[in-house]
Amino acid sequence: MFDFFFQLHPVIQGLAKGLAVIMVIFPLAGACSLAERKVSAWMQGRPGPNRAIVPWIAWIPFLGVFLQKLGVFHLMSDGGKLLFKEEPVPGHVNKFYFILAPALAIMPAFTTVAVVPFGAYFDAAGAAIPLVLANVDIGLLAVFAVSSLGIYSLILAGWASNSKYPFLGSIRASAQLISYELAMTMSVIPVFLWINAPGQPGTMSLAKAVEFQSLPGFWGGSWFIVLMPISALIFLISLFAETNRHPFDMAESESDLVGGFHTEYGAFKWSLFFVAEYSHMIIGSGVFVLLFLGGWNPLPWVPLSTAAQLLGITGLPLVVGVLSIVIFLAKVVAMIFFFMWVRWTVPRFRYDQIMKLGWQKLLPLSIANLLFYAIAIAVIQK
Amino acid sequence: MAVIPLERKPLTFAERTYLPQIASGLWTTFKHIFQPQVTLSYPEQRPAIPPGYRGVPTLVRDPNGREKCVSCQLCEFVCPPKAIRITPGEIPADQADRAHVEKAPQAFDIDMLRCIYCGLCQEVCPEEAIFLQNQYSLSGYTREEMVNHKDKLYELGGTLPDQHYKWDQKKTAAEHGNTH
Amino acid sequence: MAQILFYAFALFTLACAVGVVVNKNAVNAAMCLLLALVGVAGLFVQLDAYLLAFLLLLVYAGAVVALFLFIVMLLDTKDTASRGFRKVSTFASVFALGLLATGVSAFALRGRLTTPNPNLAAAVGTDLKHYAYQLFTTYLLPVQVIGFLLLIAMLGVIVLSKRWEGLDDIK
Ligand code: SF4
Ligand code: SF4
Repeated sequence: MFDFFFQLHPVIQGLAKGLAVIMVIFPLAGACSLAERKVSAWMQGRPGPNRAIVPWIAWIPFLGVFLQKLGVFHLMSDGGKLLFKEEPVPGHVNKFYFILAPALAIMPAFTTVAVVPFGAYFDAAGAAIPLVLANVDIGLLAVFAVSSLGIYSLILAGWASNSKYPFLGSIRASAQLISYELAMTMSVIPVFLWINAPGQPGTMSLAKAVEFQSLPGFWGGSWFIVLMPISALIFLISLFAETNRHPFDMAESESDLVGGFHTEYGAFKWSLFFVAEYSHMIIGSGVFVLLFLGGWNPLPWVPLSTAAQLLGITGLPLVVGVLSIVIFLAKVVAMIFFFMWVRWTVPRFRYDQIMKLGWQKLLPLSIANLLFYAIAIAVIQK
Repeated sequence: MAVIPLERKPLTFAERTYLPQIASGLWTTFKHIFQPQVTLSYPEQRPAIPPGYRGVPTLVRDPNGREKCVSCQLCEFVCPPKAIRITPGEIPADQADRAHVEKAPQAFDIDMLRCIYCGLCQEVCPEEAIFLQNQYSLSGYTREEMVNHKDKLYELGGTLPDQHYKWDQKKTAAEHGNTH
Repeated sequence: MAQILFYAFALFTLACAVGVVVNKNAVNAAMCLLLALVGVAGLFVQLDAYLLAFLLLLVYAGAVVALFLFIVMLLDTKDTASRGFRKVSTFASVFALGLLATGVSAFALRGRLTTPNPNLAAAVGTDLKHYAYQLFTTYLLPVQVIGFLLLIAMLGVIVLSKRWEGLDDIK
């Protein structure tokens, strides 16, 4: 069905994939920003954005009002506003890096999407083929490596802004991101120790992690959050820190740093930072879902193949593929909701608390966790 | 009063991880999603203004439709930010319903960019002619628009019930030869 | 295609490396270093050494250069930027240049690179397990030595940053 796509020139294929990423992630990030406003409002007992409406949709009897109350059209009005607003560039900034920083923020966020699998289907032999733009063997490492480049946008934005609050924000961001990267990397090693069982080819692919959560049997079918709760916890906390979300949003910290690293930014450049933050959230959630929440398996101990059999759609790879994507996206959306939920629950840490938590609690804990699982896995898989 | 030293219990391990607390906090915020909204959709739903609210200062008429202000200018003097400007004027003698009242303002301007809604003008007015009522939303595009002139002030103020009918009393008193 | 890409990446890397040396502005230099590392990662990718490429990005580009920038931003570089060459730095640069020239000329004159076994190279590049195996058997000594080097550096930092007893009043 999609054979014609694979017959295209690789450069055109690449371009198409890149465009697809932009076309999907940009609106998704926008939708996230809207969801953020809406969820925040609900948690604070407000109605939230519920005004904007396109006239000819307002004519549809009930749906129109419903969509208006849901605030769907604020997405468009926000986007339009940010696009057409005046682009302020303060006089005291380093222009080159000031303009470079938002672009730098977007690039890693969009690049990492390529290696995150978002679904799977079964070929004739019953083997799961992951749906992913670039199925590289070192998927997770690629995500970590490329997303770690996102830090430069924060540093450069703060430095180029040439004023105090952005500078402080970027200093905080750089120290914080580096601190939590360690714990984050450590926490996922047990997962890959388990996956790289003797006799298997060595891999760091995310699709493989899902495969290992869809095996038959009690241990095979359980998600890694059950098998390795500490790893999952550390990864989750570090994820919050790495994406600069509450309670770790020291880089923005609008109560004491105005807006942190993006204080001097406005209009579209500012919105690029926003999109980057949300794409980081989406990808981070995606990785968490793949590693610890069973990826596209609907329920623990119910892998996708079983579900497909129950529904009688095993022979339809397209339907199975769509189903897997829907399941995966549902989990990612739930994770993003969790991000927003935590935002209104846990107050922001003080900076020294963040450093203490990262270096004195999470890092030793993740090392201990790694040692424990290394020994346990060595004993089990001997 | 006796001082009772309270021994703080050392935190348990679960408390030191903060995780149970965070979980209970998450539950609290989650419950809030389903609670009724506490805000008003402003332009459609207006808040109920409590009695005694100090809104925009306005001039009022008495139930007979007569303007009560006698341009004594007390409010002008008391107004802390000097928001009030009054040009006093005479009342022509041929106005029967206002007999025995000599003066009324010719012009009465309140600059709402200066007014601080302190209510001193209402407090000081001997004729109960100026009131801070429940107007709370006013806006304009220019500075000139933000100055309330006399017509606007009367339009905003309307008529308030009056217990004294001071002028009627004065009139009666004058007709009876001002004997006290 | 591969040739062109190789030359493009190599030129890019070299240009950025030169940029690191000649840039007066420390932030520009650090950014050039970052770009040079990205170029090297690109070269690794061309060799099918994805693991190496991404590790390079993760560790050096993602963390080390970020720390460089962090330090650079904290330093006040205004007065050091305009300072001319000192005797030591001149000597050091001449010495380094000499070393470089010797190395390059020696390599150009008498370098004999055996063509690597393509099968083995591919295996090392893509199969993580093979890579790890090599690291813990053939290259165990270099890994350990480098580990010690890092340990020494860390100890040095601890010694330098520790506030020694009795010296507090100096502050
Ligand atoms: S409003 Fe009252 S205080 Fe002011 S001039 Fe008129 S009568 Fe006097
Ligand atoms: S409310 Fe206060 S500030 Fe306003 S006009 Fe009256 S006296 Fe002046």
